[in-house]
Amino acid sequence: MARRTKPAIRKATAYIVLIAIGALMVYPILFLISASFKTNQELFGSASLLPKSLSLSAYAEAWSGVGRNSFARFLGNTFILVIPTVAFTIVSSTIVAYGFARFNFPFKRVLTLLMISTLMLPNAVLVIPRYIMFTRFGWANTYLPFIVPALFACYPFFIFLLMQFMRGIPRELDEAAFIDGCGSFRILVDVIAPLCAPALFSAGILQFIWTWNDFFNSLIYINSVSKFPIALGLRLGMDTAGDISWNKIMAMSFMSIVPCVVLFFSAQKSFIEGIATTGMKG
Amino acid sequence: MAPLEIMTLADNRRNRGSIARRELAGLLYLIPWAIGFLVFQLYPLVSSMAYSFTNFSVSGRPSFLGLENYGRIFSSDADFWISLRVTFLYVIISVPLKLAFALFVAMLLNMEVKGIGAFRTIYYLPSILGGSVAVSILWRFLFSVDGAINKALGLLSIPPVSWLGSPRYALFTISLLSVWQFGSSMIVFLAGLKQVPNELYEAASIDGSSSAGRFFKITLPMITPMLFFNLVMQTINAFQEFTAAFVITNGGPMKSTYLYGLKLYQEGFQFFKMGYASALSWILFAILIALTALTFKSSSYWTFYEDGGR
Repeated sequence: MARRTKPAIRKATAYIVLIAIGALMVYPILFLISASFKTNQELFGSASLLPKSLSLSAYAEAWSGVGRNSFARFLGNTFILVIPTVAFTIVSSTIVAYGFARFNFPFKRVLTLLMISTLMLPNAVLVIPRYIMFTRFGWANTYLPFIVPALFACYPFFIFLLMQFMRGIPRELDEAAFIDGCGSFRILVDVIAPLCAPALFSAGILQFIWTWNDFFNSLIYINSVSKFPIALGLRLGMDTAGDISWNKIMAMSFMSIVPCVVLFFSAQKSFIEGIATTGMKG
Repeated sequence: MAPLEIMTLADNRRNRGSIARRELAGLLYLIPWAIGFLVFQLYPLVSSMAYSFTNFSVSGRPSFLGLENYGRIFSSDADFWISLRVTFLYVIISVPLKLAFALFVAMLLNMEVKGIGAFRTIYYLPSILGGSVAVSILWRFLFSVDGAINKALGLLSIPPVSWLGSPRYALFTISLLSVWQFGSSMIVFLAGLKQVPNELYEAASIDGSSSAGRFFKITLPMITPMLFFNLVMQTINAFQEFTAAFVITNGGPMKSTYLYGLKLYQEGFQFFKMGYASALSWILFAILIALTALTFKSSSYWTFYEDGGR
């Protein structure tokens, strides 16, 4: 009897702890949402998640943006920056990953090792020379410093992720297509890429979220407010107000994370499994 | 490609030349990466080393200084030593806390609980959002003196803590933001835990070993490859943290959160001392190389691979 109740108790304890941790984890996000509906006076001096009344004034203010630039402007800028970056990352990484995963060329081991070792290359050491190079190209205050590196597969993490995934696809499929007379590029487009859809999907979502949240590069490259992506717009909103109207900032913050949250929830299952199988960072 | 497969392919086509051509075609697919690697990774790496020996700035012609930048950093830049100390402290607080918490939660999730998918999703959510300015702003608000955290503690009659205003707690508060993003480490641990064969635990419980014994003798050794991976990646990331410290405290109070990333940003992009900042970045790089090499070297003593490794 004791033997049967003990695991049950252990499991119940595990559930309680898991739920408690989960509550602790989502509390900040729920607080953000509720704060955006509170009035500014109500905001301080309460840890409660329930606003006394649903006030939408913060959203109206937030939507009007900062100074002469509306929130929609920042939002639009972010999409103009993020979408080409994501699209190019996916296309270039897929092509390169295919090269690494499916062909035996000379120095393959060395090149693969080189590619993987750039995963650990700290960005801090590349930031300054890249800034000097990009400003010389006349790319300051444009989104090109984000978009062009994506075109040239400069995100080794995604090459690695897709390469691992492609290695799991049976080679018989390529061989069958090869015997049918398909060239290697047709094999990539017609056979490999469709089978990689889940991995391409997770890579796209990750790159979307990382670029969306990227603050440092926006900070150093984009200097006119009309081109600010959301990350810079938010900080501007916080810095320019003498006494900060926090509910407006909270509403802006919440609106700024909505696209990432929606994307994450719409694809979380395949996405998390993608992370687990390649074993990766965040 | 395994030799056998190449042979069957060759038999099918009866044309070894086309196989060799096909393999060489693989190199064509690497062209985007090769350009990207040379132009956006290797060249910057080499040129930043070169800049670090000059007084390069946005205006004026740079002149060669030899090791002067490095000499100045080590001998007369008090802020450098402060930022180095703060950064090491940040790494030592945030990385072990994050990994321990990630492992703890992964072990709970591995107890064949129902609804594991929902838990995983919720725990992963902070990792998606944590790096954003929005969350840094939220953190600043939650942990302000009259913020929600202090109000919640007040309910437990704990007096308000100056989370961000006092040099004693500010770095810890920023570390908490990093710990909050434990989701991706947790998922890597969970994938590792799933591979530990159940027979090992069954054998151990027959032998009557305690749960602590099972943890240290079975669980921990079996997941050392994941621990190793998480440790290296999280350490590299933590050394370069920027957004949280910049938005939440901007290095203060009294430089208690003055992380290395902030120092680099100030020298490079506020004072535009690009040469000096390049030298700073190479010092960070050298530290990271040394630490990673140490971890790799020591890993043969503490990581366990079932197939004998490598």
